[in-house]
Formats: sequence, structure tokens, C-alpha cells
Amino acid sequence: MFHIYCPYCAEYREEEEFHPKGQAHIARPADPTASSDDAWGDYLFFRDNPRGVHHELWVHAVGCRKFFNITRDTRSYAILETYRMGEQPGVTAETATLAERDIERRTSDTATIQGVPS
Amino acid sequence: MSASQPCRLASNSGAGSQIDRDKPLSFTFNGKSYQGYAGDTLASALLANGVDVINRSFKYSRPRGVVAAGAEEPNAIVQLGASEAAQVPNVRATQQSLYDGLTARSTNGWPDAQRDMMGLVGKFGGPFMPVGFYYKTFKAPASMWRTYEKYIRKAAGLGRAPIESDPDIYDHLNRHCEVLVIGSGPAGLMSALVAAGSGVRVILCDEQPTFGGSLLDSGETIDGMAASEWASNAVERLAAMDNVTLLPRTTANGYFDHNFVTLHERRTEHLGDTAPTLDGRRQSRSRLHRVRTRHVVLASGAHERPLVYAGNDVPGNLVAGALSTYIRRYAVRPGQRLVLSTTNDHAYRAALDWQNAGGEVVAIADARANPDGELVERAKAAGIRIVTGSAVIEATADRKGHRVSGARIGAIDIEGFRVSGEVETLSCDTVATSGGYSPVVHLAAHTGVRPVWRDDILGFVPGQTASRVEGFSVVGAAAGLYPTGALLEDAVAQVVRALESDGIDAESVKIPDIETLREGSAVALYQVPHDKPTMRAPKQFVDLQNDVTAAAIELATKEGFESIEHVKRYTAMGFGTDQGKLGNINGMAIAARCLGQTIPQTGTTVFRPNYTPVNFGAIVGRHCRELFDPERYTAMHQWHIEHGAAFEDVGQWKRPWFYPQKRRDNADGEFESMHEAVMRECRAVREKVGVLDASTLGKIDIQGPDAREFLGRIYTNGWEKLAVGKARYGLMCKDDGMVMDDGVTTCLADNHFLMTTTTGGAAAILEWLEIWHQTEWPELEVYFTSVTDHWATLTLTGPEARNLLAELTDIDLDRDSFKFMEWREGAVAGVPARVYRISFTGELSFEVNVQANYAMQVWEALFAHGAKYGLTPYGTETMHVLRAEKGFIIVGQDTDGSMTPEDLGMHWCVGYNKPYPWIGKRALTRSDTRREDRKQLVGLKPLDAKVVLEEGAQIVLDPQQAIPMRMVGHVTSSYYSPTLDHGFALAVVKGGHKRMGERVYLPMPNGETHMAEVVGSIFYDPKGQRQNI
Amino acid sequence: MARVAQFDPHPVQGAATQSPLHHRAASKPSGDSRVTLVELAFLDHLVLRGEPQGLAASVQAVLGLELPVEPQRLVIGETGSLQWLSPDEWLLIVAAGEGFRLQRELREALGDSHFSIVDVSGGQTLLELGGERAIDVLMKSTVYDVDPRAFPIGKGVTSVFAKATAVIRRVGEERWELVVRRSFADYCLRWLLDAGEEYGIDYRPAKVAATTPRAAVADTETVS
Repeated sequence: MFHIYCPYCAEYREEEEFHPKGQAHIARPADPTASSDDAWGDYLFFRDNPRGVHHELWVHAVGCRKFFNITRDTRSYAILETYRMGEQPGVTAETATLAERDIERRTSDTATIQGVPS
Repeated sequence: MSASQPCRLASNSGAGSQIDRDKPLSFTFNGKSYQGYAGDTLASALLANGVDVINRSFKYSRPRGVVAAGAEEPNAIVQLGASEAAQVPNVRATQQSLYDGLTARSTNGWPDAQRDMMGLVGKFGGPFMPVGFYYKTFKAPASMWRTYEKYIRKAAGLGRAPIESDPDIYDHLNRHCEVLVIGSGPAGLMSALVAAGSGVRVILCDEQPTFGGSLLDSGETIDGMAASEWASNAVERLAAMDNVTLLPRTTANGYFDHNFVTLHERRTEHLGDTAPTLDGRRQSRSRLHRVRTRHVVLASGAHERPLVYAGNDVPGNLVAGALSTYIRRYAVRPGQRLVLSTTNDHAYRAALDWQNAGGEVVAIADARANPDGELVERAKAAGIRIVTGSAVIEATADRKGHRVSGARIGAIDIEGFRVSGEVETLSCDTVATSGGYSPVVHLAAHTGVRPVWRDDILGFVPGQTASRVEGFSVVGAAAGLYPTGALLEDAVAQVVRALESDGIDAESVKIPDIETLREGSAVALYQVPHDKPTMRAPKQFVDLQNDVTAAAIELATKEGFESIEHVKRYTAMGFGTDQGKLGNINGMAIAARCLGQTIPQTGTTVFRPNYTPVNFGAIVGRHCRELFDPERYTAMHQWHIEHGAAFEDVGQWKRPWFYPQKRRDNADGEFESMHEAVMRECRAVREKVGVLDASTLGKIDIQGPDAREFLGRIYTNGWEKLAVGKARYGLMCKDDGMVMDDGVTTCLADNHFLMTTTTGGAAAILEWLEIWHQTEWPELEVYFTSVTDHWATLTLTGPEARNLLAELTDIDLDRDSFKFMEWREGAVAGVPARVYRISFTGELSFEVNVQANYAMQVWEALFAHGAKYGLTPYGTETMHVLRAEKGFIIVGQDTDGSMTPEDLGMHWCVGYNKPYPWIGKRALTRSDTRREDRKQLVGLKPLDAKVVLEEGAQIVLDPQQAIPMRMVGHVTSSYYSPTLDHGFALAVVKGGHKRMGERVYLPMPNGETHMAEVVGSIFYDPKGQRQNI
Repeated sequence: MARVAQFDPHPVQGAATQSPLHHRAASKPSGDSRVTLVELAFLDHLVLRGEPQGLAASVQAVLGLELPVEPQRLVIGETGSLQWLSPDEWLLIVAAGEGFRLQRELREALGDSHFSIVDVSGGQTLLELGGERAIDVLMKSTVYDVDPRAFPIGKGVTSVFAKATAVIRRVGEERWELVVRRSFADYCLRWLLDAGEEYGIDYRPAKVAATTPRAAVADTETVS
């Protein structure tokens, strides 16, 4: 159950009010007729599935009905930021990796991380 | 001790803080009546009555008794409820408060726990039922598994659900707070006090009826008071604050993303089988609190870890701390002669409490060579015999196996995992053990945080990982911090830090004064070595609930299961409602020993919600019965009910399906069948006039200078030339070229359109328009607003439609001035209306739209004037027949997300030359969408006129071919037409458009094969003359 | 030619109206109700869309109401109430029959700018929930934080309500308004009655106005 900051309502709201709409920043080719079958297929069907930082399009369906973007860590489900349509993310896979190394360095001093994938 | 409750301590003992001896209660267990007191748990009351055997074990059917005193109890799990409807399975007797008339039975045991048939398997079959027994024994033949399973399940027993419906109600409560404290032991109470003092909203929950946790049976002094008194003072202070919500009898069962926690509050389960009324009103039996919080403070404490030794499942084997709990809280000393086996100082409290309560402590076997803490000194001073460097290696049982009869104590070599000296047998009836404590890390693990092993405390604590959860603190024993003074100080510091991270100043809090005992260090011991090898020793249980033994884990590792997750699944350790509360760490330690590695190398398994079972009622809450799902009504709904409509669910809408009338030819007042009603309604429309409540169609008001441009991009056909006053049918595709919706859109004014959508598609299409506008074309000036509910739509259709409407309206209905696909504004029955001349039946039609509050006035006026024209209300089934006769598609019935406009034969509705590359256009030129053998919409005429083909039936070209046949399509819509007097269907067939006149076959499951001819999809009035009269 | 078609839905002569809850009877009176529920039917509801800077002055001039630009804000004045729904969308609720006149005046005042005004009066109704335990009923019904600490008077939100949606507004210390869609109104009412049962919920239907004249304030008084 996510707690999502709607950049238009300017407050955190419950996940039940939102619908996810897939990967963000998928631009429709400006001139579809000039786009090859492959390029058009990529636009229609192919999406990233990263382990880590991902940018997603969501809509505040039961609320202001505005679409916006979420930068989310697909491992922890932590939402790193939300931003309006037309804006660019402040957190990317590259910037997040640096921050993460920092956390791992700090935590590995005190504890051994254990566990096996389920 | 009273005769009726042989194990209850006398009232002058001073014990029993939770019970009220002035309120005796009677209860029934396995058909026998007993007495207990208000404040008892079912477990304490059973122990007070000397009931040793509560259950039979899951796999071996061995007698089992109470082991613990809380949520971690693996054995004493009962079936609750006097009546069938009140049955509740899987209730832990240690968590169930006693009430008068409580009726419980053993969960396992057939015919009952005392005389158990399956016990034979446990006794004689035991050695022959190794781990994986069921997998190995019953795996062949596979077809017989269902038969085996039925008997295995019956004998094993897992509790059963009631077969009558639950008389109780349940609900949900959505809560929001800044700090949620889970657990009300010393760390939880202290955390709540600090958080509450800052003024933020605090929720404190605890699964027990009384707050205080371990303080309730602690002998410590805090701020000069008994620990339990300090706890009740703290609770009083919290209760007086209006920013604090106290939830006793409430278990935090699941910890989900972003600090969302579900709490299960048992509101009346301590009062009776079903919830009593309050002030004459029903109240919910249990409640699920859905809590969203800024901070979670996990103060869930630790479970004492029993040692694993032979015979450790015989009733009379308990974890040490449970003895203190039963003595101090409930005045129950469940035995006479105790042998304690421990690895640490803390467990000495149990022996001292036992002795103070008048019991005999036969001996304490301490695994340490030189225990020297203060508690050890006290035990020595009390004259208790302490045998160092040793442990209970085996508990022996009486003849029936119903009670411990003795303990075999031996000197052990922990490093060498062997018995290193003489073994002495002591006579006793109770063996208590303590292998240290396991912090309750379950909830932390729900968030994906892996536990981390700490050698200094010999336990897993919630880890800190890169994927940390914000706003999550672990305090007290849950964090592996046990001394009361230190944990209070740590809790204060952590909560202050959490509040400060939100910019909230916490009041300075005085940390209470605690006398701190000097404690000696503990030793790591999990499975106690036996004088025989594990595989041949009497069973040493690791997971009592799932009957997993040390030998099973050893065997699993020998058979090649090296990952702890695989060992878990092979042996069932930590499965089900147990979730590894008592046994998991021991199991991991044994696996680690067998694999020759350390516990951290072995790792831990994942704990999942729910921490303890939650009843279905609480999960469902109020969303059941008539409130299961919303029912959407139109403005004419009551009229439909009053006129006997049968309803069809369309999305959440209730739409009249057909209106069965009393049969004229039947004196008994029998009603028409659906077929008869639909045939009558169809004829009425084709011959006279019918009316349909079409209010459920989605309607979207579109305004703005770019509205027309927007429509041109979103629809496949052209809109640039649609004049004011006119309407047009439009098709919508996704960008993959597949049809997603259709409907008529009307030009109300130059910058103003009204779009209609399918009933089911209304919300999705509004979102579709918005996503394109907001994400791709924000520069277009246009706004969309749903008006679905605002307008009621009454569709008048049939040759008499004009004559009837003319009686009620000032609109000129002349066929040449109000043409097909136009709209007019005027009054209908005195109500301002927009009337659209569009048709979904092929007949002359007028769709009357009025503000919904006035709809009934118009509807009733139609019927007041309609009798002489034969006005007949018709439902969705008739609508379907009539539209199918005309070959009009229903998106979602005749399409399935893989149909292009061309597949539907609707190329007339595709504007390839429109300037903007509209949604779907590009995909329609892909090679795949141009294929000639795509499935295409056609009509099917069964050769036998009486046959109505089955919707969904598969179509083949050659009925003689071998199975599996090559299927070339399927029937999408099929009805009987009273107008044509034969069955007909719409279907999709590969290359169907070029198969006109061909014969196809529909083999049915009953062996019959129908024959049909491929025809055009328009069966009636192909030139469309009837709607133009 | 008009850019937008305007339509007065109210009959000149007056006509029988039915609220979405016309078929539901009042609850049996009980002496100790701690929740009250009443339908405020037949008000005119308009959805106003546009850029706030373009709308504010005209809204102030015509309605005498400040256009709330802060999210979740509800402004109440003599004309009626105006609520922020999204950065370019507001809900205006005024007396019955007033909507068309105000819409016309607003359109005149706004002239050629890009905006939209849509009458949704038939599509939704307003329920007033009151009493000391009203908040508990809301907590059972919506995931939104309705605690007075987080939900001051003059706040309004669109959120989940049971398995439907509602606009939830706090208009007084213990007074709340729910704007629900017509088709869901019966479900929402049944839900509220069920959720409020343990507190003793007293439901009074809207007084049925026999006629609703054009451009006149209808009798929306409720039986009390």
C-alpha cells in the first residue's frame, strides 16, 4: 500500500486513489507514419523492467485526475520523488547508485546482511 | 488449591494479577465442563484445571499440551464455538480470553485428542514417517493423491470453517497517526510516553488484554514501584491524553509499504461466541485497523526459545518464562516438580517463581560451566540444586504419553555436540527450558528487511539494509536489548530522534530508576545432544506445530537441501499459522550444524503476513452481502423494479434485462420465460414502439476551441466537417490499431461536443481522453467533464416512435426537418430535453435526454400516452437481439482487443486521409494488420433455423479432421430473431470477409456438430430504410 | 454562432423532481442518535474548468466568491460554495435554479478565454453527515485522514468512499458534506446507514420539492 505524494494536490494520499499507467517518458513518435515497424513496435510494446530506479506514470484517478510521474525503487518500493508532467526526474539510476553505495558503506560496518532469495 | 481447579494457587498467594476470583466462569473443553475466572485465558484455565492434553499433533498425532503463554504457542490451538455458525478454527488458547459458556474442542485428533486413532501412526509408524513422507509415499500413482489426501487431512485435522454463515458483523477503520507503537512492554510504553508527550498522534497496540507486556510478570522495581504498577501508571497517563489511542487485544499482523500497518482488534471475542449488542445495537466482533503512520516503533519483544531435546513435546514441557506468566498473572502453577534447563540467567526467575508458588524445584540444569549472575546466587540461596555444564537431554513420559514423568540430565559438550558424562534421571512432572530469546522480527521482515544475526545476543534482529524503510525504529527486546534500564534509555533516544527528524521537539523525559541485576553471559545451545545420534534418538521436536524434528532437518540436509528456504519447504518448518515463532532459530541452528556452517551463513527464511491468523470477517469488513459491491441505479430504477424487470449487471450498473409479463394464456398467473419476453419485446419495437432506459451510456461533455481537433485525433473517422446540430458514430482505437470503444458524438456548438461511450467504458474513456490531453497534447485547448449521471436517456424506438413523441413535445419531428443523425432541443412532457435522432435498433428512434431528476416525469408521461401506440418497455437482451440483427457491434462482446476497424468491416469509419496521425492509424498499416487471414466479423446463419449457436463456440472448416481441430474463429453474439424467425449469429472467422456463402461447422461438447453459412453481418433491413421513415 | 450550447434543465412550468434517494425512507427515530444524515437534494452543481488566473476575477465578480487556488480548499459564501477539485477544476454548488443564470453570467464575464462550465446537477447529490460520531463513520468509509487535526473546517477532498468515490467536505465542527454521484447514491446511503448503526444513525430524506421552478430558489428545507 503505497503512500504517494500527489504533486498537484500537494499532499500524501493513499494508493487506492491512484492508478499506475506504466513506464513514464514514453514519447509517441512525432511522425508515426515515418516510424519503421520496429520503432513503432518498440513504442507500443517494449518497456523497461529495471531492478532499482524506475520512472512510472501514474494518475490520481480518485482525486484531481492529473497524471504525474513517480521515481520508484523497484526493490524497496521506496518512492524517491514525484513530479509533474513535463518535468524531468531529479533522481535517476545513476544518481541513486551513488547514494546507495554510501548507505551500504555505512551499514556494512555494523552488520552482516544475511538472507537468501525466496 | 481448590479441588475443581487443582493447579490454581490459593487467593492468599498474592499471585494472579489478571484474574478476578469473584467472577467464576464455566466453559467446556471437548465436551467436559470446567471452571475458570474472568481474566483467564483459555490456556490458563485449562492448566488450572490440570488439563494436560489439548491437542494431537499435526503429523504424528502425538498428545500435546500448552508450551507458551502468548502468540508463539504452537500446540494449544483449538476450534472455538458452541454453534455451527460460530465455529472459529485455529484459535490459540493462550490468546483467547475466557468467557462464560466458552466451548472449545481440540483442533486435531480423531475421534478426539485423548483417544486418537492416528496416534497409532505416531507410535508405530513414527520411524517410518520421515521427512518428505507424504511426498515419497503417496506420490504414485498420482491419480490416487486425492484419495489419500482426503484421509490424511481428516486425520491430521487443521481446524474447520463453519458451514453456516457467520452471524457477526466486522468492520474496518482507517487510521492515521504520527507514531504507531507495536507492543506495550517496557520499551513500547516508554516509546508511547515520549511520543505522546510531544503532542503528535500516537497509537499503542498490544495483543494482550492488559498493557505492560513482560512488566506484568517481572519481579523488578521501577521508580520504586513494582514493575506492573509502573506499567499501569503509564497506561493511565496515556489514556488521559486525547492524542493517544490505546488498542488492547489488538495484534499488528502485517507491515506493508510506506508504513502501512494492519491491526486486528478482537473487540468482543472475550465476551462470547457472537458479539453481544451494545445499547441494543449490533457491534462488530472484530475490526481491522488500517493504519498509515509516519513512524513505526516496533516493540514486539522477544520470544523465549525452548531447547530442542528428546521428548520435548510431551505435555509438561514448557518454555521457562511461561511458568512465570501463568503463576504471576493467572495464579496457575501447572505442576508440582520442576526441572529447569537453561543457557542463561534469566530463566532462573521461573524456578524462583515456581518455588515461591509452593512448587518443588528438583534441579536446574545449567549448560554453563560457571554461572555466576545474581539470579543464580538467589537460586543457590533458596537451596535449589544447580547442575552446571549440563542440560535436560530427554523428557520421559508417563505410560500414555500424556505428561512428563521425568527428566534425564546429562553433562554435555556443546562444541563436540555430545553427552560427555553421566546421565541422571530425575523424577518430575514439568520440564521448563530456555535457550535464550529470539527477538520478534516478523513485522520488520514483512517490509523486506532481512534479519541480521548477532552473536552477542544469540539471535536475529531486524537488519538495516540499503532498501531501508523510512520512519521505522525497533526498540527493546525486539532489537535484542534486554536489560530494562538500558532498553528504556534506548527507546527514549530512538523516539526523540524519530520525532526530531520531523522537526518535532520531544519533551525531556526522565528515564525511570531501575535496579539492575548483574547477569552472567549466556551460552549458545539449541539442540541438546542425546546419548544416541539424532537420527536414532527419541524425537526431538523443532517445530511443534508442524511436527518437524531435528532428525528431519538433519535428513533434509543429507538429502541435499542446503538452502534454508529449501529446508523449510521440504520439512514444513515455520509453515502455516506458526510462522516459525518458537522453532525457526533452532531449526536454522541445526541446519547450520549439519552443514558445518554458522547461523549467519545459513541465513533465515522470510516471515510473511499475517503474524497470527486473522479471521476472514475482519479482512472482508463491511464489504459483504448487499454491500459487497456498489450497485449503480438509473433514475428509473424504482419503476423497473415495480414493473417486474429482471436485471442484468453491466459493470456495476443494474440494467433491466427484460420485463417478464404474466402470461395471458395461463390462469395461474405464470410469468413469461425470458425467451418469450424477449420475443414479445422485439416484436413490439419492430412493429410498434418500445422504450429503453439507456441512461447508463457514458457521456462526456467536451468544451474548448480545440475540441474538434481533439476528436479527430482520438477517433478513427473525421470530425472536421460535423455541423452543429448533427451527430456522428465514431470508433476509437488504441495506438495498436485495435478497437477499444465506440459511440455517437454530437456537435452541440462550434466548441462544444457531447461524446457517448459504452456503458462499461465510461470511466476508462474519460481517463483515455485525459491521458492523451495531459501527456501528449497539452497545447490543445479542451476540457472533458463526465455527465454520465447528469443526463437520463430514454430511447424511444419503433415505427410509432414519432407519433408518440409528437404528443409530448414542441420539437418539429418532421422527417425532413429533423433528420436521422441530428439533434434538437425542446420540451418533452414539459421538461427541457435534448433529443437525438439516432438508432441502435435500425428502427425510427429518438433518444430523449433530460436532467436525471426530471426523468421520471418524462418516462411516466410516455407511458401515459403510449398505450394506444403499443408502447413496450424493453431491456438489454432485446436491445442485443435488435442491434445484432442490424450487425451493430458491441465493443467487448464482438471485439476482444484484437480486432481492427477493418476486421469488423468498418473501413467506412476510418479516415486514412485525415491530416493528423490519429490514434491507431500507424498500426493499421503494419503487415500484421493488413493480413488477409485475420479473424473478421461475419454473420452466421445456422442451417437449422431453430438452432441458436452458443456464444463462444469454436468454428472449424472440416468437421471430420482429427482432434485437436484447427479452429478458425468463434461465435461472438447469437440470438433467435422473432422478426426473421430463425437463429442468427455474429462471429469472427479467419479471412471471413472472403468466405461469404461458405459452410462452416461448430462441433459442440455433446458430440453434436452445427452447420452454418457465412453471410454478411447485417441480417435485417440492409439498406437502413426503417430508421429513415 | 454560439461557441457553446447552453441549456437550462429546469422546466418553465415546474415538474415533479426525484432525488437519487427518493425511494429511501427515514430511519426510525431513536432518542440517542449520535450521527445524523440528511440529503440536501436539488441543489445546482456546476463544474468549472480553466486556468485560475483567467477565472478568478470573473468568479469573484459574478459569484462573490474567492476562487480557491490552494489545493483542497472550500470557500463558502452567500451564493453557495466553491471547492478546489484540481489545479484547473472547481465544484460550484448553488441553490436550485440558480445554476443556469450564474453560468450565463460567468460565460459573459469570461468572454473569449478558454474555460468550461458544465452543469452536473442531475448527476450528483449532497449528503450532510453530522453528530459527535460522524467522524467514526467517515473513518470506516474513506482512506483519507479525516482527523480534525488534518482536516480543518473549509477543507474538501475527492477520495475513496467505501468502494465508490465521494467529495468529502468539512463545513462545521461536527458537520461534513458528502457529494456522491447519483448512480452510487443508494449504495453510499446503505453503506452509511450500516456503518453508522452502532452509533445510532438518524437519516432524514430530503423534503420532496413538488416543483422546481426555473431560476428560483427551490424549497430545499429538510424535515428536521
